[in-house]
Amino acid sequence: MSYPFRRLALAGAAAGLLALTACSSADAGGGEALDPEADLSEQTLTVSIWADYYPEDLAAQFEEATGVKTTIVNHTTNEDIVAKLTASADSGIDVAFVSGQYAQALGEQGLLAELDKALIPNEKNLYPEALELAYDEGNVYSEPYAWGTTGLCYRPDLTGFAPTSWNDLLAPKPELVGKTTMLSTDRWLAMPALKALGYSVNTTDDAELAEAQAQLIETKPTLLAYDDTTFYSKLVSGEAAMVEAWDGWCNYGIAEDPTIEFVVPDEGADLWVDTMTVLESSQNKEAAMAFLNYILDPEVQTWVAENILYKVPNQAAMEALDPALLESYPTLGITVDELFEQEVIVDLGEDSLKYVDLNSEVLATN
Amino acid sequence: MTTTSHEATPGVRASRARRGLAPVPFLAPGMIFLIVFMAIPVGLLAFYTFFKRGRFGGLVFEFTLDNWVKLTEPLYLGVIAQSIGMALVVTLLALALGYPMAYAIAGLSPKWRTVALIAVVLPFWTNFLVRTYAWILLLNNAGLVNQALQGLGIIDDPISMLYTPQAIAIGLLYMYLPLMVLPLYASLQQLDPSLREAATNLGANPWRAFRTVTLPLSLPGALTGCVFVFVPAMSNFVIPELIGGGKTIMVGNLVRDQFFEARDWPFGATLALLLTIILVLVIVLQSAVSRRVTEGGRRG
Repeated sequence: MSYPFRRLALAGAAAGLLALTACSSADAGGGEALDPEADLSEQTLTVSIWADYYPEDLAAQFEEATGVKTTIVNHTTNEDIVAKLTASADSGIDVAFVSGQYAQALGEQGLLAELDKALIPNEKNLYPEALELAYDEGNVYSEPYAWGTTGLCYRPDLTGFAPTSWNDLLAPKPELVGKTTMLSTDRWLAMPALKALGYSVNTTDDAELAEAQAQLIETKPTLLAYDDTTFYSKLVSGEAAMVEAWDGWCNYGIAEDPTIEFVVPDEGADLWVDTMTVLESSQNKEAAMAFLNYILDPEVQTWVAENILYKVPNQAAMEALDPALLESYPTLGITVDELFEQEVIVDLGEDSLKYVDLNSEVLATN
Repeated sequence: MTTTSHEATPGVRASRARRGLAPVPFLAPGMIFLIVFMAIPVGLLAFYTFFKRGRFGGLVFEFTLDNWVKLTEPLYLGVIAQSIGMALVVTLLALALGYPMAYAIAGLSPKWRTVALIAVVLPFWTNFLVRTYAWILLLNNAGLVNQALQGLGIIDDPISMLYTPQAIAIGLLYMYLPLMVLPLYASLQQLDPSLREAATNLGANPWRAFRTVTLPLSLPGALTGCVFVFVPAMSNFVIPELIGGGKTIMVGNLVRDQFFEARDWPFGATLALLLTIILVLVIVLQSAVSRRVTEGGRRG
């Protein structure tokens, strides 16, 4: 009885070690030259991206343009896709969409291929600032897809005032108790408390994090709920009056109720970027680079801004936007300068676990 | 005939041996399935609990007891105790509502019995998430229940019902009540009516006949129902998240979060193993009590 178990345990251990060595040995493969003349129609592509975050016919469009047989799969969160990418040496995914700090972490682990800029000429369409983002300066491993900030999305008719501070959320007025929600995923749970206390969103100082954690536990009973996905519909239905929201998602509320407003509190917030990365394990790197290049085409990214209602780092695409859209959705009008007043979230290496533990402990407090 | 007993006959012995092996082909497929997909994963889970976590999930192969020590932190013990409490409350409520229901159904004519049983399982025909979201629409501040109460002038301001521990209990009760009713119905329906008639003939009033005959004989069914409700209620994580708004978390959420958010597989495995141990203990207890009740019944 113990024999097969021990063998299994070893098999488990071996699989784990394989994954680990896969991470480290991949570093060596970074420099392989890509063939610009490669016949793309012989390659296939598997792309993992958040659901409802891209044109529905994207795979067909790209296939028509390049001949690459393309499959798009969806993930729900950064954690979800990172788990898939790190579970085995080859996840079968060629292109993964992840937030900037995850691109940085995956890149440092050697899981991402260095981008071959000769194959991505459309990078020239990006704002110059989009090439200097702290998580990946010079866009070595990632190209930005969409970006934005985090703030308060609220119904002025229900709040009765225009919030200006994270403290309006963290220590709500009595009439707003039970009418606010916060994000609970990843770094966005701690962000409002860190900013309200005047700390960096990337702090690794234990005392600062403890202070933020205490504030979040104090705030918890005043919340209606933690909500990462449906907060805007809680605003529309009137269940919530004010929610912590990503600017793009606040727009989904505004689409249904134009009185909804968005504000970045005075203490500031984060600048987040959703990026496109190519896996080092990919056997179809030329096709993958072609895919990134295709996405950076102003036409495709204009579609993203117009339909997903997120700002895109593509200057040509943003300049092509219909001004009427900016009027309906003021968050789309946030300028690059305004955006860069916010703090870019970067990966913190082993210290990232401090945020993981903070989240666990805040959420487990009943 | 006088010289050999049946036991000594070779043919009989052979057939006995055959009978001893006879269940094997029937048992093997199911047993192999359970071993491969239950025993091995649980073994792996136990293995995981003694190692450190990797940054992106997975394990770092350094032996540690930290995960078990972490389990004893008041924060996590509190969540476990809270989950046991919640599952107990839901189980008792389900028993209180389910017993009379099962009793009444068992007494119906065959035709109406079928109708009633279909009604009990009808909710299972709809997706679990859809039913859970329906509760959100019913209970929220702008929801149907509050609108109705306000419309009738019973309340002025909406009552906050959603995103509370009580709402979680209601959601779990709704989800698992049929699992209480069905085993109870099965045991009540099997009862020989002549037992109750005998009690009545011997002078017992209906309450006494119920208390001394029906109730003890239906206890195994009730215990089965309690386990069927307690086990999934304790490990559910969807209802606390959706109906509880993620503010009150149960041990199921904790396990899920360790794997999908915190990427702390070893601690997630420790929590999952503890949950499994608690639930196995509950089932062992149930079968011990149930056996005792049944044997006691036979002796009497």
